[in-house]
Amino acid sequence: MLTIAALTLREASRRKLLLAVGVLTLAAIILIGWGFSRIPTLPCHGGCGPATLRSVEAGLLILVAYMFSFVIAVAAPFVAAPAIAGDVESHVILSILPRPLRRSDIVLGKWLGLAVLVGGYTILTAGLQFLVVRVAVGYVPPHPVLTVLFIAGEGITLMTLALLGSTRLAPITCGIVSVILFGITWIVGIAGRVGAAFGNSVIADIGTGSSLILPTDGLWRGALFNLEPVALIATTGSSREASANPFAVASPPTTAYVIWVFIWIALVLALTVKSFAAREV
Amino acid sequence: MTTVSLEAASTEREDPPITSPAIHTSELSKIYGSTTALAGLSMTVRRGEIFGFLGPNGAGKTTAVKLLVGITRATGGEGWVLGAPIGDLATRRRIGYLPELFRYQDWLSAREVLALHCRLAGLPKSDHRAEIDHALSLVGIADRADDRVGTYSKGMQQRLGLGVALLGKPEVVFLDEPTSALDPVGRHDVREIIRSLRRDGVTVFLNSHLLSEVEQVCDRVAVVDRGRVIAIGTLDELRGASKRVEIRAEGIGPETLRSLARHGQVETEGDVVTVIGIDQEEVPAIVRDLVSRGCRIYEIKSRGDSLEESFLHLLGGGDRGHADHSSSDAA
Repeated sequence: MLTIAALTLREASRRKLLLAVGVLTLAAIILIGWGFSRIPTLPCHGGCGPATLRSVEAGLLILVAYMFSFVIAVAAPFVAAPAIAGDVESHVILSILPRPLRRSDIVLGKWLGLAVLVGGYTILTAGLQFLVVRVAVGYVPPHPVLTVLFIAGEGITLMTLALLGSTRLAPITCGIVSVILFGITWIVGIAGRVGAAFGNSVIADIGTGSSLILPTDGLWRGALFNLEPVALIATTGSSREASANPFAVASPPTTAYVIWVFIWIALVLALTVKSFAAREV
Repeated sequence: MTTVSLEAASTEREDPPITSPAIHTSELSKIYGSTTALAGLSMTVRRGEIFGFLGPNGAGKTTAVKLLVGITRATGGEGWVLGAPIGDLATRRRIGYLPELFRYQDWLSAREVLALHCRLAGLPKSDHRAEIDHALSLVGIADRADDRVGTYSKGMQQRLGLGVALLGKPEVVFLDEPTSALDPVGRHDVREIIRSLRRDGVTVFLNSHLLSEVEQVCDRVAVVDRGRVIAIGTLDELRGASKRVEIRAEGIGPETLRSLARHGQVETEGDVVTVIGIDQEEVPAIVRDLVSRGCRIYEIKSRGDSLEESFLHLLGGGDRGHADHSSSDAA
């Protein structure tokens, strides 16, 4: 399993995926850092105190975090989609399967390698971004570590879903299906919050069901909550007006929900193993 | 269709023989949806022999190999490799396999591909370097060992695949069309490697549609058609299934032809009369008979069918086997 995991990471490196993503991400972080450093120099007619600037910085950092979470959410399925399907299509799998390893070892090895890739990228990118913002303007979000973990969880969740699809679908189909599901879950999640805010239990339940079936939106809300300053939550988070705002949330995911995410990943992985075991190659 | 079974393939359920042959299957079958790829394969491959597996396209040859190396699961029947049920994980350490549709990670070098397979095969790390160097040298790609596989020609990739299959000194090697991408020199090299494997006591299961290749290296051959073994035996046994005598003589009249027909099927073409299916022991009697009838004999040739002729004969006359026939002398 570890050999397959290492092979997955090596492939990402050899195919210059790490280099390309690394260079672009670094450029984005530098650009964003420069932008943040200009905030204190903005003309502030009519007077604006440190609290106003802090609020702007917090809002912008939420948008930046969303951008990175979106990039991860789109990239993770496209990295995972060819993991098994590509090997089957290219017949590389025919030289691996007769070796003394179970098909589950291949699935779990691929998942582990991809999880390290997605998780590692998220931790490095988000960590570096928070550091750059802190250096530029001295702002640190309330819970940066939890934020990073929730965003990494979002990426790993989508990657896991794509890996399941990879056992049956062509890589491009699998990638597109995963991203569409991500988008649907996101918008249904927002609709569910609107339903809850206005007392429509049916819409609220659909939103809840959606976040259980694919917990990416729920995880994004976890990241969001940990990015929001307390003052922002107090002013916008719980209002009906803010219920349709994808960048404001009043409460974090419950512990039970976080546990469900782990169970969800384990169940989908088990399904992936079963699906690949039954796949004719 | 004419079916000659020289060693009847058992259709009864059997226990694995105590002596544990290299490969033993009993009514092994594989069905994909509504398509029967293998309809009850029964055969035994002895240890240390080079075993050819012949058949027309779609006969189930590659499916059989995939079943034997554990890539796919049988829908019926049983099979053993090295005494263990097919697919057994521990036994896979003792098996080498070159797939027909070979492809290796094109972003790795040949040396890295071999190192990967050393790890996947569970070989002791201390043996990796020696195994890799030996494989590279054996298949003749040592000078390109550090180049990416993506830059290799198809023939070089096939050589690499053979090197991968031979890592860890396997006891059984499955080669599925091992020379399909090779030039004549490459084919010669592969034949030499196969012969060296025989000298080392390795069993080679050679799935090939190149009859000349099979003819040159195999000890025994199975002919498979529609997912079943229809004949199995040594090359001489297969070729001898319809031995023939060609007679070039003057004075062979209708009465003489009727006399010759007692020995086998008679065909005439010009002044050459061919008696098919004749026992070689009958040749002196035929000569005496012809001389006594006043025939003037210029030439008598006694020979068995070529493997190609036997192959086509077994498959029922040639039409269905034409695809394989046409490529039989590509080497």
